[in-house]
Amino acid sequence: MPRRDPHETLIPERDKDKTPAIECIGLGIDFGGLTAVDDFNFTLGRTEIAGLIGPNGAGKTTVFNLLTKVYQPTRGRMLLEGRDTKNMTTAQANRAGIARTFQNIRLFKELTVLDNVLIGLHNEIHVNLAQAILRLPSYWRCERVARERAMDLLSIFDMTGVADKKAGSLPYGAQRRLEIVRALATNPTLLLLDEPAAGMNPSETSELMENIRKIRDMFQISILLIEHDMNLVMGICEGIAVLNYGRIIAKGTPEEIKSDPDVIEAYLGKKGH
Amino acid sequence: MIKQARDIPTPVKYLINLALFIIFLVVVNSMIASKTISGYYTKVIMLIGINIILAVSLNLATGYLGQLPLGHAGFMAVGAYSSAIFMKAASALPMFIALPLGLMIGGTVAGIFGFIIGIPALRLRGDYLAIITLGFGEIIRVILLNIDSVLGFNLTYGAASLKNIPKTTTFLGTFICVFIVCYVIHTMMKSRHGRAILSIRENEIAAESCGIKTTYYKTMAFVMSAFFAGVAGSLYAGYLGILNPSNFGFMKSIEILVMVVLGGMGSMIGSVISATVLTALPELLRAFADYRMVAYSLLLIAVMIFKPSGLMGTYDFSLSRLLGKGLSRLPARNASPARKGDDR
Repeated sequence: MPRRDPHETLIPERDKDKTPAIECIGLGIDFGGLTAVDDFNFTLGRTEIAGLIGPNGAGKTTVFNLLTKVYQPTRGRMLLEGRDTKNMTTAQANRAGIARTFQNIRLFKELTVLDNVLIGLHNEIHVNLAQAILRLPSYWRCERVARERAMDLLSIFDMTGVADKKAGSLPYGAQRRLEIVRALATNPTLLLLDEPAAGMNPSETSELMENIRKIRDMFQISILLIEHDMNLVMGICEGIAVLNYGRIIAKGTPEEIKSDPDVIEAYLGKKGH
Repeated sequence: MIKQARDIPTPVKYLINLALFIIFLVVVNSMIASKTISGYYTKVIMLIGINIILAVSLNLATGYLGQLPLGHAGFMAVGAYSSAIFMKAASALPMFIALPLGLMIGGTVAGIFGFIIGIPALRLRGDYLAIITLGFGEIIRVILLNIDSVLGFNLTYGAASLKNIPKTTTFLGTFICVFIVCYVIHTMMKSRHGRAILSIRENEIAAESCGIKTTYYKTMAFVMSAFFAGVAGSLYAGYLGILNPSNFGFMKSIEILVMVVLGGMGSMIGSVISATVLTALPELLRAFADYRMVAYSLLLIAVMIFKPSGLMGTYDFSLSRLLGKGLSRLPARNASPARKGDDR
């Protein structure tokens, strides 16, 4: 199989002449002497849905942490819609357009579902401290608009009915969905989903697949997801990158990946041993 | 959609809260004026007010922000001393200018100290933050004790006590401050700024990934907490008329923390109630002088055993919500954003 040019988006025909949503050039990070991710070249076009797969410990979540600036890369560059993200903090990266969910759910458990989404909308609400304390009309207006927006977002996953419930009291699947809603509330251009289908049954997973497509179409955003459920990955991802020992070993469409000898070796081991 | 269609309209809620607060002020004030409440009990009531401000301000840092600072008495001391020094110097100014100015100076100086301590301290968390703030509180006390003899000033008078501070703290002044502090904290907590502070308590990494500048909000909550502690200190200076560094020792910080924990971390009404009870109780138990501290500690142990989350948990009382419920006989759908400064 021909190796792909690292600066090419996975589906070049759709995103021709457009700035990619995210472009990583030779991204790498060392923890002490251990190289967790190295030479990570990856480009994601707008409105693309891509998957990042690989065996356990391959460095997938580390890549997410690099993209969201939880870790600062040791090497390489990362461009977000053409903007260099050097020295950005996690909060700045979020405001620049990256939102994420977490492998081990990190909701604001003691707060209501609505408050979780409102916190996601934090930077969309423009009320300064004085306006909030004096309860000026602008406070009420912004607060009302934000609540309506939050309820609209919750309605994507039919969650308006549980808006007043504590986030921690929701069932597992609903908590995963709420994390996605909260991430969407930050108005991202790139959404990173870390194992969105973990712990879901097959019918929930197929519903999730529908919803991921729906979100992409509604918000016109790019989505990169880490997932071990191959039905989901092969079903919705337009492009896939396979990571092993911190390096990309294959990139391509689901069909290309399925038949890639390197990938089969990484997952199942070498033939004839 | 979440709407409060069944509830009372917002301006009316405000008026009800404000009216109740004014009635409370007028009634108690006239009772004090007519000596129905003795001078001794007036003193206790004022002390309750000061302790409410201290507990509510510490609750901002402990209950809402989720940090554990143990130097609250230090901020109180800074506020008390700076305002006392100002009040002594500004005795020529008319009272209605000097008093608010003194409170602001006390609060601002404490806020500045909160900022200076907060920047390095908030990089730490849990036990480490507790230790560094505890150290800060002790440093303040020792500095106040020794600064005069080291620098040759006549500023704090060290162990000899700062005397003859104008006794400007009145019942009315104290409780107007209580009202303002509760109001400011309550309205802030119901805005995006308050939600940001809560999100840091809940999960700092998730808060950061939601685009919240966590360092900024941590510092802001910490500085506000210190500011209000400084205001309480200023009131305390005008209440006692004499300041000694030993008033602001480690035990004072613990006392305030106990109020917050007992009331329920993250519940303003809890802080208000437990500040009231824990201030009044030792006074009311004076008749049983010998058993006073025993009863006090038994109460604490009982609450920690039977209600470890504190008396009120994280529940926040709203008078308007209660009235709305009673009026419509229907469960209110969400916490109504009513003021609750007067819900003691």
